[in-house]
Amino acid sequence: MEQLINKLKNEIIEALNLTEMTPESIDENAPLFVEGLGLDSIDALELIVLLEKKYGLKLSTAEDGKKVLRSVKSMAEFIRANNKG
Amino acid sequence: MEIKYHIRDYCIIRNQRISLNGNLIFTGSETIPQSFFTEAYKHFNINYPKFHKMDNLSKLGFLACELLLEHKNIPGIVKGEDVGIILYNAASSADTDRIHQKSIQDRSAYFPSPSVFVYTLANIVIGEICIRHKLFGESTFFISERFNAELLHSYVSLLLDDCVIQSCITGWLELDGDHYDGVLYLIEKTPSGNGGFVIFEPEKLSEIYLQGT
Repeated sequence: MEQLINKLKNEIIEALNLTEMTPESIDENAPLFVEGLGLDSIDALELIVLLEKKYGLKLSTAEDGKKVLRSVKSMAEFIRANNKG
Repeated sequence: MEIKYHIRDYCIIRNQRISLNGNLIFTGSETIPQSFFTEAYKHFNINYPKFHKMDNLSKLGFLACELLLEHKNIPGIVKGEDVGIILYNAASSADTDRIHQKSIQDRSAYFPSPSVFVYTLANIVIGEICIRHKLFGESTFFISERFNAELLHSYVSLLLDDCVIQSCITGWLELDGDHYDGVLYLIEKTPSGNGGFVIFEPEKLSEIYLQGT
């Protein structure tokens, strides 16, 4: 799981151009939006594209999105639960 | 001829160099626009993480405005609604349009990037500048075949004459592939500061535009 979380952190940094951040500076339990990384709605769309492009996973409902995109850890759990990590 | 308005400051970004009011303030080593803009961002110790998410046209406009508006005591920019932004270029957002087009070229690998797509309009750079400096005045992005001092002067003068705005950030902001050319002027209705301003007229705009070319 730790390996997947680190991989995901690197992918998020690249996808969202968070060039001033390192995987170590991202708390996998911190909220991705508003607090924590302070991401916005466009970033949310970019994360949805990342899940589909890198892991072949689609979020079917807005509720799923809220749950899955809560933190890096919740994203990793979603990938692991779908056996794509 | 009656002198009505003034060019308070101007910033030129081209050929790996940045000048402010005719003084060279930065020479970069990077030749690729994105790398050069990042080099300048770091050099001037700017702290605005959103910069890294912008497309190159927005980065060019953002940097020019950062330097142009570093004089915080200009009366004209105290109230954001009094400041307009009128920009021109020839390539519109073609540079970002191509990146987006490439991402949707292959139907079997169809992954358009939302963060690229949002910049497929030239006037997004105006939005980025307005958010950064809290400006709410009249704004327009014109597409023009080449830099046209008469056109720029006449439209900005009209806005100032009609009191729609009191100050205006205006100029040429071109970016296409490896070519970038940013020349922004801060035009004031009422002179502020210690004087020494340039008269706002087409000849002066052209003269400044041609500096360093």
